[in-house]
Amino acid sequence: MSELSHVDGQLPHEPEKATLEGRNKVLGFWLFLGGEVVLFGTLFSVYLALRDQILDGPPPQELFSLPLVAIATLILLTSSLTSVFAIQAMHRNNRTALINWLVVTVLLGFGFLGLEIYEFIHYAHEGHTFSASAFSTSFYTLVGFHGAHVAFGVLWISLLIAQLFKKGLTVVTAPKVYVAGLYWHFVDVVWVFIFSVVYLMGKVG
Amino acid sequence: MAHAHAVKRYSGLMDWLTTVDHKKIGILYLISGGFFFLIGGLEAILIRIQLWKPMNNFVSPDTYNELLTMHGTTMIFLAAMPVIFALMNAIVPLQIGARDVAFPFLNSLGFWTFFFGGVLLNISWFTSTGAPAAGWTSYVPLASPMFSEGHGVDYYVIGLQISGLGTLVGGINFLVTIINMRAPGMSFMRMPMFTWTAFITSALILFAFPALTVGLVALMFDRLFDGNFFDPSSGGNVVLWEHIFWIFGHPEVYILILPAFGIISEIVSTFSRKRLFGYSSMVFATVLIGFLGFMVWAHHMFTTGLGPVANSLFSIATMLIAVPTGIKIFNWLFTLWGGSITFTSANLFAIGFIPTFVMGGVTGVMLAAAPADFQYHDSYFVVAHFHYVIVGGLVLGLFAGLHYWWPKMFGRMLNEGLAKLTFWTFYIGFHLTFFVQHFLGLIGMPRRVYTYLDGQGFNGMNLVSTVGAILMGIGTIIFLINIAVTAAKPKNAPADPWVDGRTLEWSIPSPAPEYNFAQTPLVRGYDALWKEKMDGNKGMTPAEPLGPIHMPSPSILPFFMSLGLFIMGFGLMYHQWILTGTGALMTFGCMFLRSVYDDHGFHIDPDELKDKGVKA
Amino acid sequence: MMKRWHVLKRLLPLLAGVALLLSACGRADLSTLNPQGPVAQSQFDLMKLSISIMILVVVVVFAIAIYVLIRFRRRPGNDKIPVQVEGNHKLEIIWTVIPLILLVILGIPTIQTVFALAEDYSRDENAVVVKVTSHLYWWEFEYPQHGVVTAQELVIPTNAKIAIEAKTADVLHSFWIPALAGKIDTNPGGNVNRMFFEAPKPGIYYGKCAELCGPSHALMDFKVKAVEPASFENWVNAMKAPAQLPSDPEIAEVFQSECLSCHAVGELGGPAFPNLTGIGSRESVAGILLNTEDPEYENEGTTYENLYRWIQDPQAIKPGNAMPKVDLTEEELEGIARYLSELKLEGFDPAELQGNSVTNDDQEKQQ
Repeated sequence: MSELSHVDGQLPHEPEKATLEGRNKVLGFWLFLGGEVVLFGTLFSVYLALRDQILDGPPPQELFSLPLVAIATLILLTSSLTSVFAIQAMHRNNRTALINWLVVTVLLGFGFLGLEIYEFIHYAHEGHTFSASAFSTSFYTLVGFHGAHVAFGVLWISLLIAQLFKKGLTVVTAPKVYVAGLYWHFVDVVWVFIFSVVYLMGKVG
Repeated sequence: MAHAHAVKRYSGLMDWLTTVDHKKIGILYLISGGFFFLIGGLEAILIRIQLWKPMNNFVSPDTYNELLTMHGTTMIFLAAMPVIFALMNAIVPLQIGARDVAFPFLNSLGFWTFFFGGVLLNISWFTSTGAPAAGWTSYVPLASPMFSEGHGVDYYVIGLQISGLGTLVGGINFLVTIINMRAPGMSFMRMPMFTWTAFITSALILFAFPALTVGLVALMFDRLFDGNFFDPSSGGNVVLWEHIFWIFGHPEVYILILPAFGIISEIVSTFSRKRLFGYSSMVFATVLIGFLGFMVWAHHMFTTGLGPVANSLFSIATMLIAVPTGIKIFNWLFTLWGGSITFTSANLFAIGFIPTFVMGGVTGVMLAAAPADFQYHDSYFVVAHFHYVIVGGLVLGLFAGLHYWWPKMFGRMLNEGLAKLTFWTFYIGFHLTFFVQHFLGLIGMPRRVYTYLDGQGFNGMNLVSTVGAILMGIGTIIFLINIAVTAAKPKNAPADPWVDGRTLEWSIPSPAPEYNFAQTPLVRGYDALWKEKMDGNKGMTPAEPLGPIHMPSPSILPFFMSLGLFIMGFGLMYHQWILTGTGALMTFGCMFLRSVYDDHGFHIDPDELKDKGVKA
Repeated sequence: MMKRWHVLKRLLPLLAGVALLLSACGRADLSTLNPQGPVAQSQFDLMKLSISIMILVVVVVFAIAIYVLIRFRRRPGNDKIPVQVEGNHKLEIIWTVIPLILLVILGIPTIQTVFALAEDYSRDENAVVVKVTSHLYWWEFEYPQHGVVTAQELVIPTNAKIAIEAKTADVLHSFWIPALAGKIDTNPGGNVNRMFFEAPKPGIYYGKCAELCGPSHALMDFKVKAVEPASFENWVNAMKAPAQLPSDPEIAEVFQSECLSCHAVGELGGPAFPNLTGIGSRESVAGILLNTEDPEYENEGTTYENLYRWIQDPQAIKPGNAMPKVDLTEEELEGIARYLSELKLEGFDPAELQGNSVTNDDQEKQQ
């Protein structure tokens, strides 16, 4: 019975893969991310097909403010790094460090969301509302989908932090933390594409 | 043991609402898929009654368009896919020697989201604005808020979104199950063909359904939140919808047909007492069909105006699919060649499948020639083609599979006489209905027409087609009678009721006990059970000593999670934000509970197994 | 019981007749199997090639299947275990390579035809350009080279390339003249689709909408009238002749206030809905009420009867179309129907359509 084999309190080196349930979870999550790639791929294609249809709204060159987006990018990339530190702490079986790094990750996530909300409100004032044009609809859908992923991730990781407090680091909680880390990296990678495809290409025209 | 106290086990209705047992979920899929199949079938009969003579007034044009939309949508998403999932759930874990699927909880969630999505879609019939009427492809601008006022298409968008989620969850579950949960010795190249096709189908689901998700989200935004994706006056693009829909929609066709290929492979092999001919080329062909399935979506759009280069490329890519499909056909024929063939009802359906599917396949190649498709496209020729593939292919395959695995699912043998009667009525009815439709299309009858004028030469063949449809209906009713008759009989099917069973599911009692295998079997080759039989062994060699078996606990959460989505869907459609919030709270609340409370499951002790007469 | 017998009795000759019907290949003015122009012919050639290859495949598979099922069925008492064959490389290569060769045979002409049919003749001086705009549920045909707009009836000269530029004013439709050419979708926005076709024989051909567009999708038929080039010139000139209002001033007033607000006759009226110029010379009213002196079916009648029927209740004829039921007295209704039925095109009376048209040929064949 694999899930009972570590009764001595010693966690195995990779606790997320210690049980069949854990291995299933990690594999299933990788596959889920494969589906997410298709999801975002389709959203990107839609955006690329419609990005020139700005009608009377402001063109992306005027609209986008790169410094703001660059800060958001920096924040999100840093949070990816802190989530790596968290997983490393987990592999060292260091619960305190794990929790601390996850807290930092969550805080950075909140920071990113704050900036994004500010950015959207600013755009709406410029006349770049959801219903303004095909460009604006596809922009908000793509970037908004990503934002919703960040928001979900932040809530999810917060819940995991609470569970780590209560239940400790076990072969049950470890796979959860591990897949949340995978998720967080994925969300970051998507952002890198959004940054290049939406913002940089938008600026270049 | 930490689990000395028994976990609460439900009975009756609560048992079905909370079950995480893949075999019971399979039965749930079968019942609800079967129910939707009857609804879709009824819609088809109404369509055919309307068309039995020219200028008929049986239903109004609006109702007709609702019927044709709901018939297509129901049959594809709510009937065909769930029955496929029913067989996958009931059989795949048994075929690979697993005690369960990888995610029993998600399995139940997948079922309930599918179920509530389907119910939501069908509730549209009872609203004042009626069911969606823009076709199962829901092409914009017809499906846009300007040309489809009322809530019909909203039901389509949200219903499919919810049931699509369930399908996606199911697909991931089967991928992980097949990759991680195979019994010792069950290598990939020893997996039964049905498991292989379930595997590839699940992969196609994983990579195709997210595209549909995006398409439906975009259409939902356009319809409910004033978005501009498909509104040309605001810069939207209607051809974009066609692309998104068919990037999903074409792989969907292979999602449907591949499991049928798997079922046919199993049955043809069993009832000719021969190993499947060219097993590895069958596997290769399955993978190749799955791969090519993603490369050909624009052959649904030859008349959209994509230009000659795109049309040529998609023509050729589409024709290529004929090669792996041909490999399969000949492999089946040569499995039969030299065999010792018995004509059980299951085998009748399987053998009936082969020529029928070939006919659907060759018209597919004909359609692939783009310039000729300019003539076939959106005519009855296309209707004939895809019904040959989906009914003559998939539905015959599903009937074959149901007759074959019925004893394993329910412990009772279906009545062979009634089953053969089902076959002949359905089969003759099918060809009568759809064969003439090829010619209707060729002589100029467009599809999706609620009526046709007299004097165009369409009358006779339409009448024949309607008569055929009624025969198919009678065949289905005979099948239902057979189920009822069988249910009254004692549960006495042996473990290997067909005597010549070759794969692992026939090594365990019928129906399978809740833990499937008291001891995980050791697989020593392809056709694992057949190999043991030939070596003179009584059954499988166990790969482990008899010990306590860990089982997941039942849970009501998947039911409420899906109910939450269902409520949320209504809230979104009618802009009732409190309702939306309640639904969201329900769904996310259940997710929260699931995450916070660990499910340790329970154990079935070896003593309990011994009581049931399992040898140690 | 009696009733069931009755149906069966009606059915038996029908079933027997099916085979006959199939070989008739349908009406010459409607069927893709009886092509009347080079485009439909090239598509038909490809269909013939593909169906020949496919019949070959079907025959091989059926033959093997039947042989196997008879030869290898289990005889009573035979409990032998057959040899368990894993496969056969030679055979497997054969049924991989032969289909590939067949596909090459089909693929090459396919690509050739794709490109041949994608030729753009819209800038060809000898071609007749027609801008096709589809509406719920009618067809608008504009001839930019001739400055003429008409509806429901596409008049074309024989032996000239007809270059179609198709778009829609609302939802997707698909422009299809089975006997002359395959279809092309009509897309909204700036997305114009092009195709061309040619009609060597004078005649009247069926046109259809092939994309689901709403309740009256089934009724969105139109006619293609192919006439000699000289007749076509006459038609263009007649279309441009000054319009004449009804002679009865009361009817003229009602016609102007009720009809011309949406429709146009000559230079009068609005362009938003079907142009009525020369409607008395057309083959049908609303595309589906066929004008004939000797009506046989529900949807046939004289031009006057059909116009009367249509104006009286357009929604009953084509559910969901944009024309409302106009509040007219019986006299006004009759007067307008009479006026429109007599609104013929002066000097356009193509003799080539009398007697020897494709349609007439075919009707003889059907009887």
